[in-house]
Amino acid sequence: MITEYLRQVRSVFVSLRLTVVLIALSIVLVFWATLDQVHLGVWGVQQKFFHSFLVYQGLGELRIPVYPGGYLIGGLLLVNLLSAHLYRFKAGWRKSGIWIAHAGLVLLLLGELASGLLQRDYQMRLDEGETKNYAESTRRNELAIIDATDPDFDDVVAIPESLLAGGTVVQNPKLPFKVVPKGYVPNSEIRMRAEAPNAPPSPATAGMGPMVAVVPLEVTYKEDERNLPSAFVELVGPDGTLGTWLVSAGLGNPQSFPYGGRSWKIVMRPERRYQPFSLTLEKFSHDIYPGTDIPKNFSSKVRINAPDGGPGREVLIYMNNPLRYAGLTYYQAGFDGDRTAILQVVRNPSWLVPYISCAAIALGLAVQFLIHLVGFARGRRA
Amino acid sequence: MTRRMPLFVVLIAAVCALAGLFPQPGGPPPAVTAFGRLPVLSEGRMKPLDSVARSTLLVIQGRQRVMTPDDRELTPDEWLLDVLFFPERADTYRVFVVDNTDLLSLIGKNDENLRIRYEKTSEQVAAMIGILSSSQRRMSFNEIAPYLSQIEAQEKLAEPVLPQSRTRFQAAVVQLYGNLAHYLRLRRALVPEGSKDFLGELLRLREGLSDGVAAVRAKEAGKPHDEAKAAALIAEGQKFVAMAESTDLLAIPPDDDDAEPGAWHSAGHALLETFGKGDVNAAVLAYAGMGYAWRQNELASFGHIVRLYGTSLERRFDRQVRKTRIETIFNQAEPFYACMMIYLAAFLFAALSWLKWPEAARRSALGLVALGWALATAGIATRMWLEGRPPVTNLYSSALFIGWGSVGLCLILEATHRNAIGSAAAGMIGFATLLIAHHLALAGDTLEMMRAVLDSNFWLATHVVVVVTGYASTFLAGMLAVIYVLRGVFTRTLDRASADALGRMIYGIVCFATLFSFVGTALGGIWADQSWGRFWGWDPKENGALIIVLWNALILHARWGGLIRQRGLVCLAIFGNIVTSWSWFGTNMLGIGLHSYGFTQAAFWWLAGFIVLQLALIAVANLPLGKWRSFRA
Repeated sequence: MITEYLRQVRSVFVSLRLTVVLIALSIVLVFWATLDQVHLGVWGVQQKFFHSFLVYQGLGELRIPVYPGGYLIGGLLLVNLLSAHLYRFKAGWRKSGIWIAHAGLVLLLLGELASGLLQRDYQMRLDEGETKNYAESTRRNELAIIDATDPDFDDVVAIPESLLAGGTVVQNPKLPFKVVPKGYVPNSEIRMRAEAPNAPPSPATAGMGPMVAVVPLEVTYKEDERNLPSAFVELVGPDGTLGTWLVSAGLGNPQSFPYGGRSWKIVMRPERRYQPFSLTLEKFSHDIYPGTDIPKNFSSKVRINAPDGGPGREVLIYMNNPLRYAGLTYYQAGFDGDRTAILQVVRNPSWLVPYISCAAIALGLAVQFLIHLVGFARGRRA
Repeated sequence: MTRRMPLFVVLIAAVCALAGLFPQPGGPPPAVTAFGRLPVLSEGRMKPLDSVARSTLLVIQGRQRVMTPDDRELTPDEWLLDVLFFPERADTYRVFVVDNTDLLSLIGKNDENLRIRYEKTSEQVAAMIGILSSSQRRMSFNEIAPYLSQIEAQEKLAEPVLPQSRTRFQAAVVQLYGNLAHYLRLRRALVPEGSKDFLGELLRLREGLSDGVAAVRAKEAGKPHDEAKAAALIAEGQKFVAMAESTDLLAIPPDDDDAEPGAWHSAGHALLETFGKGDVNAAVLAYAGMGYAWRQNELASFGHIVRLYGTSLERRFDRQVRKTRIETIFNQAEPFYACMMIYLAAFLFAALSWLKWPEAARRSALGLVALGWALATAGIATRMWLEGRPPVTNLYSSALFIGWGSVGLCLILEATHRNAIGSAAAGMIGFATLLIAHHLALAGDTLEMMRAVLDSNFWLATHVVVVVTGYASTFLAGMLAVIYVLRGVFTRTLDRASADALGRMIYGIVCFATLFSFVGTALGGIWADQSWGRFWGWDPKENGALIIVLWNALILHARWGGLIRQRGLVCLAIFGNIVTSWSWFGTNMLGIGLHSYGFTQAAFWWLAGFIVLQLALIAVANLPLGKWRSFRA
């Protein structure tokens, strides 16, 4: 009885019918996701459709699953593919192309899963002559509390946005006070109090907070917009509270305050990734075609300053020609005016996987179709 | 008689196609053609004035032919000459297309004053049944000029709206405003606004230049001076500033001692240097001389000046001048237009071969396809040489290349199967893709410069060519399937053997399409990884390509799993047409993403119509076999 049941399950999982259904489902998924990009932007679509097990659709307040997501379809395809090959395994060269192509496909699916989980994107904005040893996240923010007493050196404690959102109280050995989140909005606009007469009284008691109002905004997923989260944090020392600050990505400059004989700064800023070396933008250049505003090329000459203090090495980053260094890749992403380059910084340990898997699939398909073609030509001659 | 048919047919077609290379009797005078060959720098590249004229006309009025109010037909070069040098005349030519009814009412037009009144009864009948147009859709500048301020005001309102969310009226007003600006930039390129004898003005300027400059210097130094002379010179200078600011046509070559050898100037810019250099720029004078002769209708001296100026350029810009000459010949020969007609004829002959003269008509069709393909190859090769680029650089060239690739595959099919199916499919796809290309050319210069992001010949040559070949083969499989349905349902010509042969062809082409669309898509991913740091970004165009790969994979798996047979294969292959056309154009219509370089709103309805047609064909294919004329017992 149970074996019969198992056999049925097996025959479903090894069947080409399931393959066809899954391919059809993925076509619809990709199509739907493409249309939805107009509203959600690329990043939002990836979260909703591809990096998910189920696609949820809002129905009023309710969010109900309406369609299998990328992980589910991809996972089932993987199971289908592997079990079919295990079940029907027959040695012989007649199916060799299919074997190679499917092995490549498995690798490709796993590689995409890995890069979806591991890839991190940052940006680096450099003016000519400027040196930086960090890149900034384009999407995530952090609360930085800086001990700025020493003019030559900043001691930074960075608290990820997610801890503020979750209301987690942070106590860190480097800080003589606790950080107590009192409220968080994922996207907001900061207005002067005078411009927002109806705003509720601010919970902030120190710094800029009491003078401004926080207007919550819808979370945006658009490519060219950025969420500006705001939070109220209370700093509590051993002798009681220091006050409540408003911190917001919309505020810009850090707010300063003295405590315990040291001077401190507090700021919400794009999450930084520090690296053990720094980059200096030596020269940025960009050309347009004469008589038009079509960009012809842009390039950044940067110097890599290694931590050993050596003379550094100069490289030219330009379109289609990134710099790969220390597990990071720097791309010429854009520019701002004539003297500021914007570099895209990507960390993706699995970047090589698609190259290998695509080569395998292409080879497999070519081999298999050649086998078909030869057979076909023989058949015609006979 | 039918034995010689293929030879005759191909010869006649070849003669017709090649005739475009030579000057036609009754065509424009040689001086005008020579003028069209003069090189200028426009939209970032060196091109002949002939190309400027043609692409401008395509943009503003959707065709290259211009009719004067007294019903003479002008070549693009003649039209450009009038715009540049005889604007009073050019302003009367109806070259601005206005279709939107709201926009028409804005410029004071309604059904009544737009109706074309024909004299002859035959013409009236023809207009009634729609062969001749019954109402005017092209306006002259003079007709629009009184409403310029209203148009500008409406454009200011509509311009900030994103292109994909504009209403039809908004889109139309933005477009008309752009076209008017385009026209005015040309009108002010070589001659200042309102000047009727620019040559005389320049000669007088040259004569009094040293006195005038001395007067201005003295005036600036606060010394006694001739006020009239100083004021006259300053007025000239202001006129030149206005000229320099109001055009983007860089027609004046750099001086021999110019720091940048590629730095061409506008006429106004070159004229502003007059005061420093102490002489009027020779090229500006040459153009002013051409203008004078053209206005006086002295063709002999016009031709003389064009020749002199052309020769002086040839000595200095040998390579560019050669390129612009070839480009002019290429423009005038219109190889893709000839090609389109040949493909259409090939399709008709192929269809004829199933009804009558199976051998003669089949070989005629094959000959025509081969001729058309050779022409298309020459045309694409010429474009590649002119541009110094791989074949596909924009949506227009992708249409050319999809046609070229599919027809090439068809030639192979026809060579191996000899049943006219390859020729019929070639005729259909070749004609359709060139028709699409023709409409895409309405967006402007088709040899436009590449944006920095796309500026990589290696990736253009690999990713783009391979992925477009994938599109081409998916379309081909779809077209073969269409032929299967049409022949099977509506004629008695699809016997069992032909049906099986067609089925095998479709299957083989789907395999080929799977391979090419996959490799092309993967190469695109690698390019993206090289230049943006991600292999896959779910960009609409990437998704479109992925869907084609998935669709082909679905067909193959369904076939291997025995879920479909011949008719199922045919239906899925026809649906492949929808998938491919969506990926090719539909993704661009979303107006988002890195690949949205070819936003095409007007194409939406064509795409919708095409999809409906394919769905209808699939429905027809699902008729019970008893209804298929070929399979009825």
